[in-house]
Amino acid sequence: MIKIMAIAKTIEGPEAACSGVKNGMTLMLGGFGLCGIPECSIAELVRLGVTDLTCISNNAGVDDFGLGLLLQKRQIRKMISSYVGENDEFERQMLSGELEVDLIPQGSLAERCRAGGAGIPAFYTPAGFGTEVAEGKEVRDFGGKPHILESALTADFAFVKAWKGDSAGNLVFKATARNFNPMMAMAGTITVAEVEELVPLGTLDPNEIHTPGIFVQRIFQGDHYDKRIEQRTVQTRESA
Amino acid sequence: MLDKNGIAKRIAQEVRNGWYVNLGIGIPTLVANFIPEGMEVEFQSENGILGMGPFPIEGDEDADLINAGKQTITAMPGAVYFDSATSFAMIRGRHVQLTVLGAMEVAQNGDIANWKIPGKMVKGMGGAMDLVASAENIIVAMMHTNRAGASKLLSNCSLPLTGVGCVKRVVTNMAVLDIKDGAFHLVERAPGVTVEAIKEATAGELVIPDHVPEMDIS
Repeated sequence: MIKIMAIAKTIEGPEAACSGVKNGMTLMLGGFGLCGIPECSIAELVRLGVTDLTCISNNAGVDDFGLGLLLQKRQIRKMISSYVGENDEFERQMLSGELEVDLIPQGSLAERCRAGGAGIPAFYTPAGFGTEVAEGKEVRDFGGKPHILESALTADFAFVKAWKGDSAGNLVFKATARNFNPMMAMAGTITVAEVEELVPLGTLDPNEIHTPGIFVQRIFQGDHYDKRIEQRTVQTRESA
Repeated sequence: MLDKNGIAKRIAQEVRNGWYVNLGIGIPTLVANFIPEGMEVEFQSENGILGMGPFPIEGDEDADLINAGKQTITAMPGAVYFDSATSFAMIRGRHVQLTVLGAMEVAQNGDIANWKIPGKMVKGMGGAMDLVASAENIIVAMMHTNRAGASKLLSNCSLPLTGVGCVKRVVTNMAVLDIKDGAFHLVERAPGVTVEAIKEATAGELVIPDHVPEMDIS
């Protein structure tokens, strides 16, 4: 019998992870707000200084963190997002016309990424019918209800962040830090996963893996995570 | 006239046992505070949780556990996390029984505008368009008039739309109104608010039945 092994995807760190990213490329970046964003890869993209990027990400970070760091350095030409508040530099670049922005409904954004990774070129959704989102899009009735045709999204690179991962690229996410990461992992030509903990192969329970390693081309363990909180809402011990 | 908590309290009365409910940012979030104890209800937040609990106790907040308003939250026993595509499958697939959200304008045909003001910074629609396009049961929670005193219940929305013909019920600081047959139908009035005052504050077509009960939010 021939002995075979899992495909090894572990790389040294963010520098090797971002190797091949060029000016003008389309990137997907996981996360919702600042939750579950690929912090180490973003830092490396800033260091690399690649420009003219199209970034597909639900949000655009805040002024001094997340994608806000790439915006500060004017590395992004176009953003494809569903919500972009809480960022003054973003607002300035958008209003001055330096930054092109394509706003799409959050569910359509998620499904467009999923479709891109799943080999579905387009799909119909009721979201956005009758609004400016539907402008220029095909409309078709199903069951007496109008739907619009939305196309799949793919990217040259997808950067995702997971809680745990192994050398085969299998990923496990924590709580709501999962968000867009699994779909974006599917839709990247090269998907780079950064994890808080790279665990030995065979220690993740195959029953409990969220993203199968086939969707991941490179994986590394990040050395530091800020994990900033945007809205710290708490109750006092007494009121609880 | 109701305050924001009053509006939330009245909307909480619409929630039924066994329902999955999505609450938007602002007044809708407050609805969770007025659900009767012991009721079987799960709150969905579209960033990827079912079974959302209250804010964490100071010191227990977790950057990886937030709601769609990016606030730190907790998870109830039986809660589950999922990705964004699965989350909107729940919403589009009509597995969520009630959506409560805010609005800038609502029209008498059920159109809603809540995401964009021309000439101002556009922040984006987030999940609002997916939610309103698919939910069976949409309740809008808002003030009856805007800061300038103009009615937010109109014959036609003047702002860019979020969804068409989708709102079924509106709960404001002045009244509960149903939308059917292209008009607002007055259902209840807030304590101390006259039918005349509601008529005055409603720009769209308003159908007033013979008897308009006062809300019971005691």
